[in-house]
Amino acid sequence: MSGLRSFVARRLLLGALQTVAVVLLVFALTEALPGDAAVALAGDQPDPARIAAIREAMHLDRPAHERLADWAAGLLHGDLGTSLASGRPVGQYVSDGFGPTLLLATLTVALLVPIGFGLGVLAARHEGRLVDQLISSVTLVVYAMPEFALGVLLVTVLALRLGWLPPTAVGYGTDLLGHPSALVLPVLVLLSRPVCSLSRLVRAGMIDALASPYVAQARRYGVSGARIRYAHALPGALAPAAQQLARTVDWLLCGVIVVEALYVIPGLGTVLLNAVAERDVPVVQGLAVLFGVLTVVLNLGADLVAHRLAPRTGVAA
Amino acid sequence: MHDERFPGPHRRGFLAATGAATLGALALTGCGGSGTERSDAKGDSTPRRGGRLRAAFAGGGGSETLDPHLANLFADAARAKAQYDKLADYGADLSAQPRLAEKWEANKTLDRWRITLRRATFHDGRPVTAADVLYSYRRIADPGQAFRARASLEPIDLDASRATGERGIEFVLKRPTAEFPNVLAAFGAYIVPEGAGAAGGFDKKPIGSGPFRFVSFTPGRSAVFRRYDDYWDGAPHLEELEFVVANEESARVNALLGGQVEYAHELNPTTARAHESRGQIGIVRLRNSAMQAFCMKTDRAPFDDKRVREAFFLIADREELVDGALSGAGTVGNDLFGKGYEYYADGLPQREQDLDRARALLKQAGAEKLKVTLDASAVAAGFVEAAGIFRDQAKKAGVTIEVKLGSKDSYWADILDNGSLCCYRSGAMPIEAHISQRLLTDSTTNATKWKHKDFDALYQQAQSTRDKAERAAVHERMQRRLYAEGGFLIWGFADWILGTARNVKGVATEAPANTLDWARFDKVWLA
Repeated sequence: MSGLRSFVARRLLLGALQTVAVVLLVFALTEALPGDAAVALAGDQPDPARIAAIREAMHLDRPAHERLADWAAGLLHGDLGTSLASGRPVGQYVSDGFGPTLLLATLTVALLVPIGFGLGVLAARHEGRLVDQLISSVTLVVYAMPEFALGVLLVTVLALRLGWLPPTAVGYGTDLLGHPSALVLPVLVLLSRPVCSLSRLVRAGMIDALASPYVAQARRYGVSGARIRYAHALPGALAPAAQQLARTVDWLLCGVIVVEALYVIPGLGTVLLNAVAERDVPVVQGLAVLFGVLTVVLNLGADLVAHRLAPRTGVAA
Repeated sequence: MHDERFPGPHRRGFLAATGAATLGALALTGCGGSGTERSDAKGDSTPRRGGRLRAAFAGGGGSETLDPHLANLFADAARAKAQYDKLADYGADLSAQPRLAEKWEANKTLDRWRITLRRATFHDGRPVTAADVLYSYRRIADPGQAFRARASLEPIDLDASRATGERGIEFVLKRPTAEFPNVLAAFGAYIVPEGAGAAGGFDKKPIGSGPFRFVSFTPGRSAVFRRYDDYWDGAPHLEELEFVVANEESARVNALLGGQVEYAHELNPTTARAHESRGQIGIVRLRNSAMQAFCMKTDRAPFDDKRVREAFFLIADREELVDGALSGAGTVGNDLFGKGYEYYADGLPQREQDLDRARALLKQAGAEKLKVTLDASAVAAGFVEAAGIFRDQAKKAGVTIEVKLGSKDSYWADILDNGSLCCYRSGAMPIEAHISQRLLTDSTTNATKWKHKDFDALYQQAQSTRDKAERAAVHERMQRRLYAEGGFLIWGFADWILGTARNVKGVATEAPANTLDWARFDKVWLA
């Protein structure tokens, strides 16, 4: 087990370094963007004196390395800093946006896993036959559809034409659980692409596994078909799927900007979009740290699962 | 990639400006306004009390605030208007109309103004006094802050100004200012109770003297207000008013169609066209809301030659620009700001495309085969389209225009001093404010670099002229000069488009964005 422990330690260290690198990169890139928060805030009234005053009020007149150092020092105490645009703590932005995004991600994953795996196994079982062809072509079509287009289509048909569901979650704020019908469309859109990629991966993994020597051996021993499929073949197919799933969760948590914008869900994607437009560097940085940490942790978890499920494939650190 | 997905109008709405805004437009509503001011034109209902109206605006996310002096976005302005009052506000022709100030009076030299406040109360019952007004203005003018209205209040010598009684104020000005009431109506010049600016005061329990009182506020999501029964201008019809934030135009439209909101601000012309005849929702077009222009820098080649500027005026096919860049939702411009506003020189002939004359002028100026870079950006709806159309029009006159797309977020600062030709737009403000902010030698946002001592002198003359007719004559002289050789090629005025649910009545139809009746909910009711 010590091998595993050092693997985890190495991955965590690497992850921390990656997070730091992401934050530095974000800082450098935001600095390199034309204009700063003062310019963005001044908008169509770019009176130079006013921009200078805003800059001074925001302490943007200090050199970049000083601002970065201050911010990093705060971070060590768990302080993400304060927003340039509003003066409110960044932690509050993050916690406000995290709730809706987490809710959407949880619901999506809760549905994604059974549907994705179910469809994948179903298709693999009927490889080459009608069910397989149907699943494969439908998933391909849905996968090819941009989320924005699919979202608009669903709103038009299900919400506006048929009136079954509310078209947006406008005005509900973070109380989305109190209005569950408003969650249906966003979750459908979020599900659409991951379900397709996941089921196709599971299908391919299953077919490979079913054709593998160890399954053939199990068959020769007279192990039942269902047992072969779920105890022997599926775990082998799970490893790539678990990693794909981690990437999906990552994508969901890091704010799905299109879906949030389309359905007016005030999650992390919306926070990020506003912060970038306002050149609100501390908020962007705070989110970069959060996203960096999430990505590292989730991928580590996925690699461990893959390691556990298919030790023979060997997991690269 | 996101630029394609989030096209168009711009969370950072273009708020006209420090100065002012006007009402001046006529618009049709679904229920058949016939040029009358409000959407209940046919009188199919009398105002009914009660109900909650939900209004969707594009907003600024978590950094939104209820501090009315920080208002920067349309959503901020609409919330501030519900909760606070200004001393004056703009009527449909962008002339100042008294609000909290019951009357104003100038001395002979127009540099001292006596204001009398009307009897009004804040939401906690305290009367609005001269001390509150002076506190508010001093807060806005605080040099340590960067409030948008500060530049507008610049003519006032606040140290010398004083209260002459509970409801009387004497403003001492640094120079004669005939249009001083415009200053009182300036964007963001709201009156707050004395001491209200103390730390965090506006976010917790803000108190104003406006038609609605504060209930709750979550930045970037929702703000709820309730009717203030003792409002001096009569209690609103609505019981409650909620502002919700939806940055995507499609989300605002969908929410309106789905019955989740009753009022959607800022719609696209294509959306308006699709729904205008269908009757499911009402479409309100606020005309003359946004000036659309190309801006030529008059201090550098090739536009330092006025023949080149005139040639460019003649290159523009304005109909084609309005149809193409504004999807037809607008009217053609005549190279002058403020169509339909007070002092607008409407006697000048409408400029038409004349390519032969343009070519001749360019030849005279030795600018044949001219090559110019046109700066544009997706910062405002129609900029990129307008740039492309104008490039094609210029080609016919032998001018090669190269369109350069710049960053959305720093566009306005970038074009102020750089380049020689750019896309430009502006919200409504009085013509006087447009001139003082953009066309005087010491103007802070002089994007055409129009700097002429004699023009400055004309402006000062207008501001020192007591008689209104004489003042109008001076304004006309200034505008004739700009029409002949100015730097603004003003090709159109865009409509500002709103959508309302069928049961919403009383929405003003002649109210360019930023004027008193725009986004004014105390006169609106639910039928």
